[in-house]
Amino acid sequence: MPTPFPFSAIVGQDEMKLAVLIAAVDPGVGGVLIFGDRGTGKSTAVRALAGLLPPMRVVAGCRYGCDPKSPSCAEGEPCEARQGSRAAKATLVPVPVVDLPLGATEDRVVGALDIERALSQGVKSFEPGLLARAHRGFLYIDEVNLLEDHLVDLLIDVAASGLNVVEREGLSVRHPARFVLVGSGNPEEGELRPQLQDRFGLAVDVRTPTDLATRVEVIRRRDAYERDPQAFVARWKRDEDRTRRRIVAARGRLDAVVVPDAVLEQAARLCMALGTDGLRGELTLMRAARALAALEAAAEVDLGHLRQVARPALRHRLRRDPLDESDSTVRVDRALADLFPSEPAPRVGAGQP
Amino acid sequence: MADTEGRAGDAFQAAALLLTDPVGLGGAVLRAQAGPVRDAWLGLLQALAPAGMPLLRMPAHTTTDRLIGGLDLTATLAAGRPVAQPGLLAAADGGLLVAAMAERLPTQTVAHLCAALDTQQVRAEREGVSLQSPARLAVVALDESCGEDRPLSAALADRLGLWIDLQPLSVRDTVAADASMAADVRASRERLPQVRVPDALVEALCEATLALGIDTSRAAWWALRCARAAAAWRGADEADAEDAALAARLVLAPRATRQPAAAQDEVAAPPPPSPPPSPEPAAADPAPDRDDPSATPPPPAVPDEPLADRLVEAALAAMPAGLLARLAAQARAARGRPPEAGRAGDAAMSSTHGRPIGSRRGLPRGGARLHLIDTLRAAAPWQRLRRVQARPDAPPILVRPDDFHVRRLEQRRTTTTIFALDASGSSALYRLAEAKGAIELLLGECYVRRDQVAVLAFRGQSAEILLPPTRSLVRARRGLAGLPGGGGTPLAAGIDAAAALAAQVRRAGSTPVVVLLTDGRANVGRDGQGGRARAQQEALTAARALGAQGGQVLLIDTSVRPEPAARALAAAAGARYLPLPQADAAGMARAVQAVVSAG
Repeated sequence: MPTPFPFSAIVGQDEMKLAVLIAAVDPGVGGVLIFGDRGTGKSTAVRALAGLLPPMRVVAGCRYGCDPKSPSCAEGEPCEARQGSRAAKATLVPVPVVDLPLGATEDRVVGALDIERALSQGVKSFEPGLLARAHRGFLYIDEVNLLEDHLVDLLIDVAASGLNVVEREGLSVRHPARFVLVGSGNPEEGELRPQLQDRFGLAVDVRTPTDLATRVEVIRRRDAYERDPQAFVARWKRDEDRTRRRIVAARGRLDAVVVPDAVLEQAARLCMALGTDGLRGELTLMRAARALAALEAAAEVDLGHLRQVARPALRHRLRRDPLDESDSTVRVDRALADLFPSEPAPRVGAGQP
Repeated sequence: MADTEGRAGDAFQAAALLLTDPVGLGGAVLRAQAGPVRDAWLGLLQALAPAGMPLLRMPAHTTTDRLIGGLDLTATLAAGRPVAQPGLLAAADGGLLVAAMAERLPTQTVAHLCAALDTQQVRAEREGVSLQSPARLAVVALDESCGEDRPLSAALADRLGLWIDLQPLSVRDTVAADASMAADVRASRERLPQVRVPDALVEALCEATLALGIDTSRAAWWALRCARAAAAWRGADEADAEDAALAARLVLAPRATRQPAAAQDEVAAPPPPSPPPSPEPAAADPAPDRDDPSATPPPPAVPDEPLADRLVEAALAAMPAGLLARLAAQARAARGRPPEAGRAGDAAMSSTHGRPIGSRRGLPRGGARLHLIDTLRAAAPWQRLRRVQARPDAPPILVRPDDFHVRRLEQRRTTTTIFALDASGSSALYRLAEAKGAIELLLGECYVRRDQVAVLAFRGQSAEILLPPTRSLVRARRGLAGLPGGGGTPLAAGIDAAAALAAQVRRAGSTPVVVLLTDGRANVGRDGQGGRARAQQEALTAARALGAQGGQVLLIDTSVRPEPAARALAAAAGARYLPLPQADAAGMARAVQAVVSAG
């Protein structure tokens, strides 16, 4: 693919952009699900990430791209790059944003025995799959609702445990595979199973912009980009750099951000009011609010942050109520309005109906 | 006005535009039955295509391996190491892929096409091979879904810029290619990169998409590309209003979901004050001028009419008359969604339609059936390696348990719950609301088990399928929203329809469970005539026929007091009988749940 469209040049879709940024700051929020209308730049936003994220340090030559700070990478198989007593050499590489193509088979996803090496050198060695390639980065699945069930189950399992275990062809390999799972799709083409939705930390609902100015701007920027990608990317470089610096700064700040008890309590109240299942909603809400505070260079999380991330953190965890026709975004908004009546509506997600 | 002639000109000019900018336009939807007109269009496309441009045909049953590439089984066995084979999408790079019977394409195939169109490359990670190749192509989807057949996938259609309808055209309208046209295509391809589209046109096109209720950002984009290609084809360096009008006809008109308020008034009653603008701006004279573009002076902009309005008018003029009436009716019905929004659900359904949807690694036990080819595929790359370790008398192909693949469809038996709702006057309307609630509750459950739900209602004189089998809550809501009530009770027709749907579901490889919600009091016979006794008799016959099909039937008696007629009906159908005078959504859902899981 040619140079990706710059993330900062995406018109509108603030909630989607925010969710992606939050996941970039704190991969622990647990993945992003982007559902919505066709042609709203869902995959553009994710593919743009590749150009946006600051490079990461890896052990030079390590096939799993492991962190020089961590003691080892794959278990059961020594890290070839670190053999010997010498200290691991580190290099900078771009953060992987791996596209999981539809129709991928299990062996290519989890990895398998390297046939070429086995044949030519008689060595039994593991050929890492897409999961290994996505380690410490992002794994993107377009049309996640069309992915075969057994693959989805597998991905979710690995994403949750951060560990890929391969047992086949006499191989027994365990290697870390910590990645942010990003899925996108269109609900008209089949919905995602609810327990699957729940496994994504944030869920974003994207809509086609309905105002003329935005639509014109979308078309203009795309036209400018397609006519001369290099020049377009160069024009947006300063914005991209600024966003990148914001991510880096927020990551550094993340651990120091304080979550006051009062905010924790409000988060719990909100989740109770909405009847979200389990604690995952509450945890995600807090983590996302903290990442947002870090992005905004705030020392502590306040109610404003909580409100801003409430929709993406909770809307996919609501129980379906057949007698309530309103969609889940509206229900989250209603709960917010009930709990915090004095505050105005959250400002993010202007594209929402 | 030579309406057909204009339309034919547009349709055939579209072929030239598509060849001018295949990747930029994404492709075309060609609505037509197989026949001479379609052949003529495709013939023109072929004749105009520059030498060396691939023009490949993709049959509807193309497998994933052929489409995106994968392991070449024969070559792998021969070579003793994995040999990859590129697919059709890679082969079509730089050219066109013609998808025959595009409306029948399985969801997975559609998804692969969409992915290639989005990324302009094709990636396959399959069976030990990893392939990546450019796939800058345009797709021509031959859409034969005329009438109420399965419509073309909305996801694919959205990604194809031009929507061409050949149905109103006859053989007389066809255009034959000549040598000069092929040269023109070459020239316009060369010119394309330098063609500009002025800002005013971009804005007008965007405005027109809003006015026509087009709910996707891609439409305006395709219109822009179409206008640019049209300008290049004319030999101009800047797109003008006429190019934009052509784009409005080819891109926007077929996607319109509503008639703009202003235009609606005009159609209803021509407003006296504003003089009719230059008759049919640009709409009437499209292609014929192509031969000498210099002779066509750019039409002077009509000052008192904004460009966007002219584009909307051009689009309206290009719509078939029936469409406008349909749109108006839809506007009255005030359903929030565009008419094609439900389409993809149909296509998505096909993945569970008894079609083999691939295989997964595993042993063929517990009813799972071996997928021989995929097992061989898995074993193929290892042959040389295994041969080294094998005994000399080993069989020619060494297959190990790790290789086994089983078919995926047979592993799961889906259930389709068919609700047959008595929506007649005798069943109180509020019960309909409860039934809707129950259906939505069940749909929630259905996601978990990947089951489906269908709804049909009977009232007045006949039965109507409100919701074909689906598991999409979005569609279910929409299907149920407009459910009318009142009228007579054509019970026999309702049961017949349920039985027919059940049979269809069974053919599709799913297990039907029929849930009848009625008070059992019929008063309309199969022929639509009144008469309680005969209607009742026919209903019993229909119920027996339904029962004879086998499978689970549940009859929920919705009358206030348990009704003997309903009980008799249940007995005739061999159905479980459940009086539910205080029918509430949750109770109904629980009852159905019990029957479904028992089956």
